[in-house]
Order: sequence, then structure tokens, then C-alpha cells
Amino acid sequence: MPFNFPLQPPRASSFADQHDALFYTLCILTLLFTTIVGFGVIFFTIKYRKGSPADRSRPIYEDLRLELSWTIIPLILGLFIFYWGASLFVTMRVPPKDAQEIYVIGKQWMWHVQHPNGVRENNTLHVPVGKPVKLIMISQDVIHAFYIPAFRVQMHVVPGRYTTLWFNATQPGKYHLFCSMYCGTQHSEMGGTVVAMPAKEYAEWIANGGQSTTPMTMEQSGQKLFTSLACNNCHGAKDTVKGPSLYSIYNTRRRMSNGELVLADDAYLRESILRPHNQLSAGYGQEMPEYQGQLTEEDVIKLVAYMKVLGLPTAAVPTSGTDRGSAVTTGARNSMTPLSSNAIQFQQQGENPTDATPTSRKGNLSVNAIAAQQEAAGQ
Amino acid sequence: MAAIAHDTHEDHGALHHQFENIEQQNDSYIVGMWTFLVTEVMFFGALFLIYTLYRSMYQMDWYLAHEELDVKLGAFNTIVLLISSFTVAVAVRSAQRKERGLVLANIGITIACAFIFLIVKAFEYSAKFEHHLYPGPTFGAVPEHLNGANANYAQLFYGLYFGMTGLHALHIIVGIIVLSALFNLWWRKCDSVMKDYIPTELVGLYWHFVDLVWIFLFPLMYLMPKPH
Amino acid sequence: MSAIPVDPTSAGNGVISQPAPAASETNYINEFGGLKSWLLTGDHKRIAILYLISVTFFFFLGSVAAAMIRWELTAPAGVVLESDTYNKVFSSHGVIMVFTFLVVAIPSVFGNFFLPIMIGARDMAFPRLNLLSWYLYMAGGILILAGMINGGVDGGWTFYTPYSSMYSNSNVTLVLTGVFIIGFSSITTGINFIVTTHKMRAPGMTWFRLPLFVWAHYATAVVIILGTPVVAITLLLVVFERAFKLPIFNPELGGDPVLFQHLFWFYSHPAVYIMILPAFGIISELIANFARKRVFGYHFIAFSTLAIAGLGFLVWGHHMFISSQSMYQGIVFSLISFLVAVPSAIKVFNWTATLYKANIRLQSPMLYALGFIGLFTVGGLTGLFLGSMGTDVHLTATYFVVAHFHYVMVGGTMTAFLGGLHYWWPKMTGRLYAEGLAKANAIIVFLGFNLTFFPQFIVGWLGMPRRYHYYYLAPEYQVYNIMSTLGSGFLGIGFLLPAFYLSKSLMNGRKASANPWGAHGLEWEIPSPPPSTNFLQIPIVLDEVYDFDPVTEYEQDRAQQAIEHAHEHPGMMDSHDETASKLEEGGH
Repeated sequence: MPFNFPLQPPRASSFADQHDALFYTLCILTLLFTTIVGFGVIFFTIKYRKGSPADRSRPIYEDLRLELSWTIIPLILGLFIFYWGASLFVTMRVPPKDAQEIYVIGKQWMWHVQHPNGVRENNTLHVPVGKPVKLIMISQDVIHAFYIPAFRVQMHVVPGRYTTLWFNATQPGKYHLFCSMYCGTQHSEMGGTVVAMPAKEYAEWIANGGQSTTPMTMEQSGQKLFTSLACNNCHGAKDTVKGPSLYSIYNTRRRMSNGELVLADDAYLRESILRPHNQLSAGYGQEMPEYQGQLTEEDVIKLVAYMKVLGLPTAAVPTSGTDRGSAVTTGARNSMTPLSSNAIQFQQQGENPTDATPTSRKGNLSVNAIAAQQEAAGQ
Repeated sequence: MAAIAHDTHEDHGALHHQFENIEQQNDSYIVGMWTFLVTEVMFFGALFLIYTLYRSMYQMDWYLAHEELDVKLGAFNTIVLLISSFTVAVAVRSAQRKERGLVLANIGITIACAFIFLIVKAFEYSAKFEHHLYPGPTFGAVPEHLNGANANYAQLFYGLYFGMTGLHALHIIVGIIVLSALFNLWWRKCDSVMKDYIPTELVGLYWHFVDLVWIFLFPLMYLMPKPH
Repeated sequence: MSAIPVDPTSAGNGVISQPAPAASETNYINEFGGLKSWLLTGDHKRIAILYLISVTFFFFLGSVAAAMIRWELTAPAGVVLESDTYNKVFSSHGVIMVFTFLVVAIPSVFGNFFLPIMIGARDMAFPRLNLLSWYLYMAGGILILAGMINGGVDGGWTFYTPYSSMYSNSNVTLVLTGVFIIGFSSITTGINFIVTTHKMRAPGMTWFRLPLFVWAHYATAVVIILGTPVVAITLLLVVFERAFKLPIFNPELGGDPVLFQHLFWFYSHPAVYIMILPAFGIISELIANFARKRVFGYHFIAFSTLAIAGLGFLVWGHHMFISSQSMYQGIVFSLISFLVAVPSAIKVFNWTATLYKANIRLQSPMLYALGFIGLFTVGGLTGLFLGSMGTDVHLTATYFVVAHFHYVMVGGTMTAFLGGLHYWWPKMTGRLYAEGLAKANAIIVFLGFNLTFFPQFIVGWLGMPRRYHYYYLAPEYQVYNIMSTLGSGFLGIGFLLPAFYLSKSLMNGRKASANPWGAHGLEWEIPSPPPSTNFLQIPIVLDEVYDFDPVTEYEQDRAQQAIEHAHEHPGMMDSHDETASKLEEGGH
């Protein structure tokens, strides 16, 4: 386990500096008063220890000036902190008029985010850097809470009424998103990532329907197609009556319905997509639609590229963008553990996954992918 | 506060072992009962607070829903309870003067009033049940009886109606049991009540509180003014 | 030095005596035999012992839950539990610790045992009501246990709606009914304390001659009777919403789920003062009697106790800054929260000032008291982070809050409980325990506690939410969780050890005299254990409370040291010994 002692969360919004100033002031005050009291206790305990030769004549039992001092000074300090905290809160509570609005719906157990132009994402929130963003939030069931530690913002998400929170992201990067109000079984899994992008990138992202314009790898494009065409409806992790699993299919030998053993190479895969009825896998009929005439060759190449990496154990989909992975540790494992699929995936990622988020919650997938993704992950 | 030397127990009841003298004992019981009544105020108070909040939010709908309540029956019940408060006060005074006959008569009337209250309440409740005005999946199945109120908000009204009057009725039932026990002690001429008026006074205090709650419940529930 | 009990026949003597001869006198324990005499007792002391056994049982249950939580949190994706189970475990931990231990322990054990004695009374005002309170406690506790056995309850101890009223499919009704009944146990105890304190003080026992322990319990009782009924009806409404679909908090029908939070916290914030005020009372007793000096600023401590009780009812919204309550409400609650912090600060400064020119004995109860001052100071000050609205936005619902309240509840209330238990053990049981082990235990508790909970401040500040089973979304939290679990192991030892050495003392501990600590207070003027009726004659109180004089104390201590020196080195005399032997001859 790497010894990693983070001592402060990332500072990624305009609130973070303001908040941390107050926070560290409070830390100093805490340290100060704890030291004063601690020192007083220890010093007196030693000096006036039973039998010690200190002067105990004229002991004091009441002293109004002393009482007033240590009433009034803490009171003044307290009021000062109150005022500072309340002002900060008011700032955090009143969004600027030009704040961009994004809608958030919380439900057991996921966050559904909707950008104004219709782009949707789940458990992920893309925001521009340097522009105020206001989230308008509501719950579909119980009370949740939307919490972004790096931005220092947190707000309950309540059924039956809208609540808002706003922030101005200052640093591009990926940050934790948590649900912080207990909401049932998967409360601790109802989180994800906030992705702050430079404003220009964000604009491109959103104009592109929630995709970045940095070129996707073949595998990524293929994955996108795979889900948008709903291939995974029939081709899941395991063989089903609807279709055989395509996991780790590349270059394996497959039994055909006529008894032949065939190598699943690029050509085979291409044929199976365009004209699946020509070569049926053993045990299957003509359930799969033929895609001849519906896909370009480029589409097919992308799909095949994806199928070459589908089902591999490590975080399989190579990305072209950079990844801000956090240091990852693997915990003690018990192979009989009844864990959620996400937890299992987390544990299976081995020594150097690119980041800690289980695959089922990764990526900038468009909305059509969500349901299929959940099915693939076995939820 | 010091113990009195000669205490013949003629003019008061038995001194319990933890007390030094009868004044301390009597005072303690009275203070204890008042403290308990404070807790009851907080208990009902929370419900009154919830009621006030929702009523201010849904004034019109609650007004419309409340029209289903029978003001005449409610007023009758109010008078019945006021009479019972009067008779219980007379019972306490009679206990102080050791007039057993009057005590028995007045406690009897108080219990009778309590039963009348409950019977009227039972009629009211059964009408509500018939018209599907109790909270639950069948609420509002007879829409005419909503009087045009929004069904959801009306259900909130009835939830609080049953909750508050139900809790109050529960206190009436407890009161009947306690009053009956008191009646029984007086009937059998037990020293614990014949010589010591405090038990009667404590029951009287409780009963006055129960009456007082109804004095607030009645106008709040039955006498809603029409909102503008 | 401290292994030899200082046992003056009346306070302030300083003469060492032999351990008192086996007392064959009757006391509240041996006077009436048989289980029935205990289960139908009206004696406040016996009821206190019944409570002691019950709260200890529930505390250990809650601790097992805590151990499971800490074990599970050592890995980001859990160790052995499923999420549903983990969620029930942390909820049980909270419900058991809050409702069956923290609210109950000090008042119902030490308050019941010592309040009447300290004011010079023979019993509480209403002994049968007192016994009823214990039966209500047991009934409620059994229902809560039934809920656990029947599959557990989730939702946290706060039971926010609409999760608890409409969505949870755990044993909410069963457990909340149990909590409701325990609420009435609390209320009856409160009524007893108020009436007893008002009406049954011995002649001469004016309000300002009362031990601060009594002030603390009186204020606590006021908070109990005003706050508990509100939470009782609130939880009952949740039960009705679940069981009878009575709609109050259902947003689909126009109900307000946040209303639950207002009603819940209206009690639950004062509840934390119910948990801490009695602890303050114990600490005042310990500081005074082990520093051999009247508590500094007695009046300020007494009035600050009342101020906390009063102001404590006006701050509940500081649990709700981000709940969607208006920011104006929040501002009012935050302001008053800073006001209510001041009286607690006053107490800490007063206790510290008591140590000035005192004559401090570091026996085990004092070690707990000093530990309390440190831990409570940190706990109280970290409350300011949460009372300040701007920082609360970030820190609420994280492990920072968990650390804060464990510092005040465990570092505060539990430490005071242990201190009081050690202090009054000889009085309640008539036995002395192993002082050396007890001292070591105080240190184990202090160190284990800090290792358990200080890392939680850090991991909360980093953003780790509370009530999280998995934290694989942020595995960087692991190191702090492991530190915390390690600490909890030590803390667990610190809680287990007293169970052993205190029980052992019952079997073969040396018999205690009436006043083994040489303390001041009416409870130390009656035998250990006390007789059933407490006093042969109701005392007439003429002295002020904590009537120590530090200079005299010092001289007696020196004399005692000289005597011990002489006993250890017979035949050797020095100037101290001369004085000492004169004192010994003088016999006082």
C-alpha cells in the first residue's frame, strides 16, 4: 500500500480559497485554545501537585474580571467567526445572475445530469472552468446530497422541491462527486466524477453532444457504436439465449452450427456483423439482424477494433486524453465476498489501474449507453 | 421544613418514607404533576406546530376539507368536556372537605361526560370512515366529501385530524381509567383518598389538561375561518 | 503513595488508617435479599445499579457494532459485509449508543444514586416512578434489540424522512417504538430529578450550597422534559406513516420531509446537552475533590449550566444549514450556536483555574477528568467549524462531524462516565479496585481515543462522507481509516479492562471505608455501601460545598508523606517526622 497522506482536498473552485482561509483560521484558533488549556492544565498539575512546595496562600475562588475576560474574548472571537462564516455562506448561496444552469436529478442510486442543450450524463458532471455554474437539483425519491469536496460545495437534494448550489471552477481536472445523505443500500456508491474543462473545451464538448473533439481511439469509437447499436443487448458478458458473449473473442476458435471450427479473426468478425446468417455460431439461429448496407466500412473497422479489447481484465478501453488517476490501493480480499459488482471490479483492477472508478462508471458515454452499460455490469 | 414533632395523621394521609413531612409530600406530588403536564404540552405542542405549518400552506384546501366536520357535534363535545372539568373541580374541592358523597357523584358525572365525548367521537369517526376520509390508499374514494379540496392536501388535513383528536381521545380513555380507579378508592373508603386529597387533586389536574387540549383543538379544526 | 487509601474518619484529616474492618453492617445491597427485592425495589441506589448493569450491556452491544464498522472500513471496497448489513450496523451503533447509553448512563446511574444523597434526602421524590423508568428503559431496549435481531434497521440514528417513512424496508417501526418508550423512561427520570431537587433538599442545603453535580442534573432534567416529548411524537408520526400510511412527511402529498428534520433536531440538539451536562457535573466533582480545592467560579459554572440548557433549545438548525432551510434561518441558528459555545468555554477555563494553587492528586478518577478537559476542548472547538456556516457547507455530513461528536461524546461523556465510575465505585460497592491498572487504563483510553478519532478529522476535511460503506471512489482515504481502526483496538481494550478489574474488585477487592478519597460531600459522610435509608438522621447543612483549604491540605499531605517515610524507614527521624508524629498523637 503506498503511503499517501493527503492533508487537504484539491482547491478547484473560487470558494475553495475563501473557505480554506476560514478553515485554517479556525484550525489556528483551535490549536491556540487547546494549547492554552492544555498548557494550563499540565503546568498547574505539575506545579501544584500534591505535596509540592508551591505557594498556595490566598487561593482564589472567584474573580469577576477573569470570568468576564474569558467570557467576552471568546464571545468576540466567536462572533467574528460567525460573521465570516455567514458571509461566506451567503456568497455561496446566492448565484450570479449569469450563472449557467445545469439540472441534476438524484435517485437511488445515481445522479442524472442534464445540460441545458440536452446533453445528458450520469454520475459525471462536466463543467467549464472560469464560469459560474448553477445546479438546479431535485430528487426522485429520498433526500440525497450533492457534494464536491474539491469545490467546497454541498447541498441536499430533496424530493418535491428544487434546491440549488453554484460554484465557479478554477482548475481543470477530475474531482470526486459524492452523495452525502444516507439514501439506502448503495449510498456509498452513488458518486462519480466532476470534470472541469477549460471553457473552450467545454463548449466543444457540449456542442458535440457531450463528446470531446479530441479524437477518439478506434476502440473508443467502436465502443460507442457497440452501445448505440445496442449490440450489448444480446452480446453480454456471458452467453445468453439471445447471443453469444463476445468477450475475449479475438483470435479464438469458434464452433459453427455446421460443426466447423473457425478462427475469429478480423475477417470473421466483419462477416459476422454484416452477414451473420452466413456463418451461424453453434446453438444459434438467425436472431441477429444483418448490418450490411447499414454500416460503413469505417464503422465496421471501429467495431472490430473494440471487439479486440472487449472483455480484457484491466481497464480495457484506451483513451487518448490524459487521466488524472489518483493513487490506488487494493484492499484485503476475500474471494467469497458478496460485493456489489462495482466493488468487485474495483478489487479486480490489480496493481496499476488507470484510476479507481470501476469500469461500469467510466467514460464520457452518451445517454444511450447508460442502460446497456448497467446491464453489462450486471446491475 | 423540619419534621413536626406530633403528627397524628388525623388530618392527612400516610407519609411516604422518603418525605420528612406532609407539606413536603403534597408539594412534591403537585410539582410532579405540573412537570408531567409540561411534558404533555410539549407532546401535543409538536402536533399543533405541524398543524399550523400545513394549514398556513394549504389554507383554502384545508378550509374546504374541514367543512366535512360537524360543528354542532364538536360544540356539543366541547360543552360536555367543560361540564366534566367543572365536576372534577367540585370533586377535588369535596375531597379536600372530605365529603365522600359529593366526590363520588362528581367523579361519576365526569366519567359519564367522558364516555359521552367518546361516543360522539365514535360517530364522527365512523362517518369519516364511511366516506373514505381516513389516510391511506382509499382516501378520497368518495370525492364529494372532499368538498372540492385537493385530495393530497385534504389527506394531510385528515392525517392530522385523526392524529390529534386520536391522541386526545387516547388521553380521554386513560383519564376514564384513572378516574374509575379513583372512584373505586373512594367507593371502598380507602384511607389513601379519604384522608389525603392529593390523589384526587392530581387526577383533577390531569383532567383539566385534557379538557384544555380540546379547547384548542375544537376551534382549530372545526371553526376555521374562510381564507380570502 | 496513592495505593494506600487516605481514610480520615471525617474529611480533612489525613491520617492513614488500616483498611476498614469487614463491615457487617447492613447496607442497601445486603439488607433485602432475593431477585424480587431488586426487581421491585423503590430504593434509588438499587435502581441505579440495575441501570448500571443494563447500560453496560447496551454499551457493549454498541461497541461490537463499532468494531464491525472499523473493521469494514479498513478497505475501500469493504472486507466481509454487504452494504445492506453495513448500513444496518452503523445505524444500530448510533441508535444504541445515543438512545440506550449516552442519554441514559450518567443521569440514570450516578444521578439516581447520588442526587438524593448529595442533597440530604432519603430517596427520590417518586421511588415507584423511578422503578418504572427502569422498566420502560428495559422495554424500549428490548424492542430495539428485537429490531436488530429481526433483521436490523437502517437510516442512521437520525431516521430522515422520506427514507425512513416510505422507502426503508428495515425494522424502522420496531426500533422507533423502542426509542419512543425509552423516551418516556427519560421523561420520568427528569420529573423525578426536578421535583427532588426542588422539594427535598435538607435543611441548610441552599441552591448555592449544592454540589455542581446536582446543578448539572437539574438542568439536564429540564432539558429532558421539554425536549423528549417532541421527538417522541415525531418518531411516532414516522411509525404511523409507515404503518398506517398517515401522511405527514410525504412530499408527494404535499407533506414536508424537511419538517421532520426540524422536529427531530429540536430534541436531538438539546439531547446532546442531556449527554454532556451530567458529564460536566461529574467533572466538577472530580476536579474539586482531587485538586482539594473548591471549584473556581462556582456561580459561573452553575449559571453557565442553565445557560447551556436554555440556549441549547435555540440552535437546532445548525444541523440543517444545507437542508434547504432559508439562509436567514441559518444565520440565526449559527449566531446562537456561537453564543451557546461560550458557557462551555467558561467551564473549561474555570476548571483549569481551579488547579491553580490546588493540591492535585493524580489518582485514576482525576486522570479521567484531566483527559476530559483536553478532549472536550478539542471536541467543542471543532464544533465551531460546524457552527460557522461557510465551513459547514464543506464539512457537514463528512467524517469531520463524526470526529467532532465522538470527541465530545466519547472523549467527553464516556470519559466522565469512567471517571465517575472509578470515583464512586468504592462508595457504591464498598470495594477498592486496582488503582495502578485504573491509572494505566485512563492513559490507554486517552491515547487510543485520539488515534481512533483524530484521523477522522483529516479524512472528513478531505471529503469522505459519513455513513459510507465503500470508499473505492476515493481510495486515498484508506490510510486514515486504517489508523482509526488501529486506534479503536486500543480504545476497545481501554473499555474492556475496567469491566475486568472492577468486577474483580467485587470479588476480592479491599473493603472501602466511608471516604477513601478524603473527599467532600454528603455521600462521603455515610458508609460504603450506604444504608438503605441513606442517612440515620437528615443532616443539617452548615458548610459550604467543596470546603477545602489548600494550605491545610498541603500541610496534611506533607504530614502524611512524613508518616509514610517514617513507616518505611523505622528508626530514622527527621524534622518532618517529628511534626508528623505529633499530628498522629493528636489524633485528628
